[in-house]
Amino acid sequence: MNAYNFAYLDEQTKRMIRRAILKGLAIPGYQVPFASREMPMPYGWGTGGVQVSAAILTPEDSFKVIDQGADDTTNAVSIRTFFERTAGVETTTKTSEASVIQTRHRIPEDPLIEGQILVYQVPIPEPLRFLEPRESETRKMHSLEEYGLMHVKLYEDISRHGHIATAYAYPVKVEGQYVMDPSPIPKFDNPKLGDMAAIQLFGAGREQRIYALPPYTNVVSLDFEDHPFEASKADHPCGLCGAIDSYLDEVIIDDAGGRMFVCSDTDYCENRQAAGHKGKDAA
Amino acid sequence: MQTQTLSGGFEDPAIQSAHAFRGIMEAMARPGTLQTISGATPPAPLSPAAGCVLLALCDTDTPVHLAGETDCEAVRAWLAFHTGAPTTGSTHCMFAVGTWDTLAPLSAYQIGTSEYPDRSATLIVECPALETSGATLTGPGIKDHASLSVPDVQALQSNRALFPLGLDFILTCENQLAALPRTTEVS
Repeated sequence: MNAYNFAYLDEQTKRMIRRAILKGLAIPGYQVPFASREMPMPYGWGTGGVQVSAAILTPEDSFKVIDQGADDTTNAVSIRTFFERTAGVETTTKTSEASVIQTRHRIPEDPLIEGQILVYQVPIPEPLRFLEPRESETRKMHSLEEYGLMHVKLYEDISRHGHIATAYAYPVKVEGQYVMDPSPIPKFDNPKLGDMAAIQLFGAGREQRIYALPPYTNVVSLDFEDHPFEASKADHPCGLCGAIDSYLDEVIIDDAGGRMFVCSDTDYCENRQAAGHKGKDAA
Repeated sequence: MQTQTLSGGFEDPAIQSAHAFRGIMEAMARPGTLQTISGATPPAPLSPAAGCVLLALCDTDTPVHLAGETDCEAVRAWLAFHTGAPTTGSTHCMFAVGTWDTLAPLSAYQIGTSEYPDRSATLIVECPALETSGATLTGPGIKDHASLSVPDVQALQSNRALFPLGLDFILTCENQLAALPRTTEVS
């Protein structure tokens, strides 16, 4: 494929993104502004993640894309094809074989290892945005570590529901400094953010921000002493593979109230089924 | 203009800068690890690793400060031809390159502002040797602790104390590099 520069973006754009990634790694959890480009896909379809992936890919990489854990949805398939065409990289659906994994809203169930890179697609990078709409103010709040408002929001959850009801995009504090939005991953995935062996990069295309977590970084989910953080999931085994430790999607299967719970990570579920594990709904 | 000016860049810029950047990124994400990068043959006194870093990261948007012996006609011309980066003094640069002694004083460089800590300089430090022994490193990117031959423990400790502001360092020697982001605790 010679009609595009390697990995679609021009070299000057890639250098700009690469400099932002390095500053992001040097200041974990801080949102580095970058000059996001128009991509051949609409905002909301992972333009931030795609630009980060384009800046880090080498021809030897093996590339995996997941969308809510699945390798086979429209978004995942089209991004995978995009990089097959423009970068000529190999693609895979196997977590263990991938060197770069672009993800929308999940962390794979299998633990990642050194040498792997996880690229998140981020819609709203600013965790304080729904509490304070002005960028000038949220910048000031980050610089002063003024995060009381975020605790008030979590506290209001408790006073209204009796527990912290925030189930996804659950805010974390990085290295005791910045409060960060981990992108809309379920809070089930939050404990995997800290002390991960892989590099984690976050790209928000519409909002023009890049941030990062180096491996083995201290990441703490915000909570209260009397209401500690709890990673939660649907209290069922997977209907297909019987896993009791994976994050589950609830799937409605008829119009009579029938439903089943299945692993959101399709690769994890398929591997378990191939290894002979069977859930109660398996054919 | 000498032929040395025109040669020594990346022959296949898109691919070679992608490889060089992955080395730099791995180094920055894992302080205390050594990465080998190649592809550039810059004029003396620049090391091949420092040349690769400049080619991979610098362009017309990034003022570069050439410190000490690197501030020579050969390097200036090579940098201008291959990257287009303007050269400037230490106070306004985004990147600086030179030996530790010639880069001093560190107080001259931009360390960012509390609202934009990313607007800080990255120093490419040419080292006589680079080994995974010496000072002990802890912090983000390091599992328990790592060791690295660092130029000046005390200066790096004062830089750490500025966090989230501060300078980031890329240490280079021949075709190897290591990095010390501002978060790394050195002792």
